[in-house]
Amino acid sequence: MSIVDSDSPLLSRAREGDLTAFEELVTRHEKRVYAVARRMLRNDHDAQDVTQETFLSALDHLPRFREETRFGSWLLTIATHAALKVIRRRKGLELVPLEDAADAIGGVPTPEWIAPWSRSPVELLETRETLRHLVAALDELADKYRLVFLLRDVARMSVRDTAAALGISEANVKVRLLRARLQLRERLTRLFGDSTRRMEPHRHDEQPEPPSVLGGALVTSGTVAAPSDRDI
Amino acid sequence: MKCTELLAILNEYVDGEIDPGICDEYREHLDRCDPCQVVVDNIRKTITLYRDAEEFELPTDFRDRLHSALRDRWRRR
Ligand SMILES: [Zn+2]
Repeated sequence: MSIVDSDSPLLSRAREGDLTAFEELVTRHEKRVYAVARRMLRNDHDAQDVTQETFLSALDHLPRFREETRFGSWLLTIATHAALKVIRRRKGLELVPLEDAADAIGGVPTPEWIAPWSRSPVELLETRETLRHLVAALDELADKYRLVFLLRDVARMSVRDTAAALGISEANVKVRLLRARLQLRERLTRLFGDSTRRMEPHRHDEQPEPPSVLGGALVTSGTVAAPSDRDI
Repeated sequence: MKCTELLAILNEYVDGEIDPGICDEYREHLDRCDPCQVVVDNIRKTITLYRDAEEFELPTDFRDRLHSALRDRWRRR
């Protein structure tokens, strides 16, 4: 947060013609922009093109950048649109299908592997192993889910903007996002979940169920993450 | 509210866009349903991980090219 907030002074200097300030901004954001492009495109070369295009475009449009948007979000939106152009050029619309009837009406899969994670995201991100798992989990997602997840949850685009960018309905964006989130959660919880605290899915709500035994561990209530972990 | 109903509006809850009336029901369910509480927490952490992870290194030669392209464009503005 602090890095993002402190973009303002650099932005002002860059606007006044200070190239060093602009390069400092690029240095701050280039890794994130590249990572998002690389995740969308799954190809180093295309990701580099998109990253370069993004910062050139940012440079051209610097006078028009509105301060109420965060600079980082603005960059990710530019990068996302540039990456989508590449995807469309590469494979036509098949990668980003229009309406998908199954998405509109189909139910969502219920969570199966349920357990609190044994480490916080900050701790997890300290190891290369986590990064490899993140890449693998995202690679397993179908394109139509992966793109919606990246646009909504990583680039933080609105439902409306995501729908417009992908040429699908807002309802479709919502269902795809839910499926993407659930699938990633399932996969990552199998890796990061504390198996000694694994719990059974609630099959119904009518009566409280007795504690159940799963994988040799007694699953009891009251062992979930502390409230402070729950707000992002 | 049942777990499956909670699942159906999970996005809105996680994104803080839920109708306040439904939100109370949702919270009540979460208060007494550990599995759902854990699922919501897992999803929030999943999103945080992907937001914060920088799993691809910027190749050094590309970074040099990028900055020199930007300097060129800057001078020609
Ligand atoms: Zn539940």
